[in-house]
Amino acid sequence: MQRHRILIVEDSPTMRQLLGFALKRIQGVEIVEARDGMDGLRKVTSDHFDLALVDINMPVMDGLKLIHLIRDEESLKAMPIIVITTEGAEEDRERALALGADEYLTKPVQAGKVLALVKGLLKI
Amino acid sequence: MSQRDGDLFERASEFLAMFRRGAEFTRELVEENARLRRKLLEVETRQNDAAQDPKEWDRLREELIERIQALQSEREDALERLGALEQENRSFAERFLQIEEENNNLANLYVASYQLHSTLDLQEVLRIVVEIVINLVGAEVLCVFALDERTNKLEPVAAEGRERSTFPAVPLGHGGIGSAVANGEIVYRENLPNPDAGEPLVCIPLCVGDRPIGAIALFALLVQKQHFTPLDHELFTLLGGHAATAILAAQLHGQSERKLNTMQGLIELLTK
Repeated sequence: MQRHRILIVEDSPTMRQLLGFALKRIQGVEIVEARDGMDGLRKVTSDHFDLALVDINMPVMDGLKLIHLIRDEESLKAMPIIVITTEGAEEDRERALALGADEYLTKPVQAGKVLALVKGLLKI
Repeated sequence: MSQRDGDLFERASEFLAMFRRGAEFTRELVEENARLRRKLLEVETRQNDAAQDPKEWDRLREELIERIQALQSEREDALERLGALEQENRSFAERFLQIEEENNNLANLYVASYQLHSTLDLQEVLRIVVEIVINLVGAEVLCVFALDERTNKLEPVAAEGRERSTFPAVPLGHGGIGSAVANGEIVYRENLPNPDAGEPLVCIPLCVGDRPIGAIALFALLVQKQHFTPLDHELFTLLGGHAATAILAAQLHGQSERKLNTMQGLIELLTK
């Protein structure tokens, strides 16, 4: 069975726990949590991940900066990124997608939708 | 959790039983097909023989007509069974979606409850309350009020979307917020898209039993949040009870810590 490693970069413990709950329904998934953009960058550059869920508004380093830095890294260019944020304006969505995010979801999120997107991007 | 696991296993068993019935049905069809092939071969042999004898030919013809009628009847039965199986399949799929949604809702409620009771630090509890209302409900502007029992006023203790200082203290029993807390009932306003600044869209009184602790007032929702869902109502009820307990527990814990420190200081002073 193929294992999938997913990084959740989110400053809210509630959201981290909720997303973790949803993603654990995928068989063979391993979840790693990061509490801000800097923590996320450290983890994503030091280990392999198949996908990242990234919040935008976070302390230390925001999600947009993190996406920009991830896409600058040659080895991480293909890693799918799903943004999950409270920012619902169209320009925020466009900015995130232009920086290299693959999908953009606004809070409050439905677990089923997150699962469907993750499965689609991981092709499982 | 274990009850839910049990339910899920029960559902999984139901699905398995359904698929077994499907497999049994397929096996029956394959056997029937083989039987018919044998019968056809037999009929062909008899037909060749009957070509020599007109009486035999008529008998064979009647037998064939009877057989065709029997097969037609069997076909209708099979189609009926197939239709029933498809219907059962559809209803299982619908039930599966319902269970998925219930599961997701329960996960939201569990996480909210778990987080609320994860600490005894008052500021941390307030931060978690705000976080739940923003992330799980989708509020943009909100304020958490705590009842000051000396003044009988609801004082703003945490806010998001606007400075906390812009929310005035509310006397218990006055206005939308004060009345909601005094009555212990969640208050909703109908016109979600155009809230005025003073009154909240939703006011959730925080009570432990009959004792009012405070309130959570939602003044504006995120741009993508168009309406409240059944899950939001569940969350409001959960917050009304669990956030109140968590806040009261943290307040009491803080008071006992302070008293303990004072007493320890006093004992140290007396024993020196």
